[in-house]
Amino acid sequence: MNEPRVRFDVLLPLRLGAAVPWTADRSSGASLFAARTGVVLLAVLVTSIALAQVQVRDTSAGVVELLLKWTPLLASGFLFNLLISAMAMVLGTAAGLLLGFARISLLAPVRGTSWVVVQFFRNAPWLVLLFFVMFLMPFELRVGGLTVPLPDWVKATFGLALPIMANFAEIVRGAVQSIPTAQWEAARSLAFSRRQTLWKIILPQCVKRMLPPWMNWYAILTMATTLASIVGVSEVMTITGRITAAEARTDLLVPIYSYVLLWFFIYCYPIALWTRRLESRYSER
Amino acid sequence: MSNTPAATPIVRVADVHKSFGSVEVLRGMSMTVNTGEAVCVIGPSGSGKSTLLRCINGLIPVDRGEVFVGAHAVHQLRTDQQMIALRKDVSIVFQQYNLFPHKTALQNIMMAPIQVLKQPKQEVEARARELLKKVRLDGKENSYPGELSGGQQQRVAIARALAMRPSVMLFDEVTAALDPETRKEVLVTIRQLVEEGMTSILVTHEMAFAREIAHQVYFTDQGVIVEHGAPEQVFGNPQKQRTRAFLEQIL
Repeated sequence: MNEPRVRFDVLLPLRLGAAVPWTADRSSGASLFAARTGVVLLAVLVTSIALAQVQVRDTSAGVVELLLKWTPLLASGFLFNLLISAMAMVLGTAAGLLLGFARISLLAPVRGTSWVVVQFFRNAPWLVLLFFVMFLMPFELRVGGLTVPLPDWVKATFGLALPIMANFAEIVRGAVQSIPTAQWEAARSLAFSRRQTLWKIILPQCVKRMLPPWMNWYAILTMATTLASIVGVSEVMTITGRITAAEARTDLLVPIYSYVLLWFFIYCYPIALWTRRLESRYSER
Repeated sequence: MSNTPAATPIVRVADVHKSFGSVEVLRGMSMTVNTGEAVCVIGPSGSGKSTLLRCINGLIPVDRGEVFVGAHAVHQLRTDQQMIALRKDVSIVFQQYNLFPHKTALQNIMMAPIQVLKQPKQEVEARARELLKKVRLDGKENSYPGELSGGQQQRVAIARALAMRPSVMLFDEVTAALDPETRKEVLVTIRQLVEEGMTSILVTHEMAFAREIAHQVYFTDQGVIVEHGAPEQVFGNPQKQRTRAFLEQIL
């Protein structure tokens, strides 16, 4: 096997699908190893279920039975994770786009301020940001006569959107700056304003370059939604914890957590795979 | 050239200076271009030819001196609106074509007239198709720049510049990046424009072409205009030693 090559924009511990050695042969090698991760997960699940099953006393329910029994509840929690990830992604992308524009502003104070914001939110631990937002935001907002409640999961969504915003801003800045300056010059010579140039000429060319890292961050974000359990949101991890507490069965612990782990893998792996496909397709051109 | 245009100046550059950092690229250049004239600017690399062109359409602001194009005092333009008004009158074609890679040939031509000049789409499209025909690229309307040869891309770039209906065209070494075969098709297109009376300023290394189509030739070196005059004079009987040395080296 070749030397593991770690790509710049990957948070290794969080990114299950690609946290494997990145071999020189990207097309077959990498996906093979990533797929193997899934196989290992499945093996852990099956083995742990089997081991647990062996130890089951005749009177109590089997582990498989228990997993199936709790599956609907776990699924509702998992859907909640997906909802949080989707909303945080939308928010983070929109805010990140604006922040990215600020990073390439012609006004030095705007550039400087946005640089500080980006650095802060990129380099703060997500969990700390999450706590920060939880305690900073009120539980409801009064806009005029209207009272908008802000439940915990909404706050968590905001908290998770912050690092996405900062990282997407860097993606936007990098992509815009990767477009040759000759394109700006050509647009200028055709009387396009700076704003028109950015929206009609530069950004459309950037989409291809921004899509793979953006999807990469979505996968990372989806896995990071489990952090919301720590601040009390009833997502899949919280529910899993409650189930294990209710069942009070130590033999259930490994199977149920492997089960949840597998769900995340099944959701995130195709995204990672697709990202890699896009990356190699775009790099060919 | 047999048909000498009536001498109405449209571009006037007077004692223009421009520095990039500590490097003085233009050290007092002056030139006058009359309506309908083709002016060729020749000279060694780094003599400031391309910078001069970019000063004429305001892509590069001048440090000192005056630049007039028609009614525009380019050296005094400050607002975006004024700049946009200038660039409607002056189009430039670049050495590296600089087409927009995500748009087809036709879209490349139509973009600015529709989005900047706010002209009706149907009218613009009809004109764009006509322009493509004029540069002999009919049939390539829906090709992306990546699918076209260098010479074809450059002709799309010329059509794109013409779509603004400029009164002055600037050509910045437009054949320098092309193969000898494709170079010719671009030169034919430019010659046709000049014969139609389009005021053109060409920075070029194509000496034979310059001699053939130019009404005036300017020889620049080290940021100044060394000599200028009719092509027969500059090429046939150069007055300055530097011009002679340059031409001997090239021809």
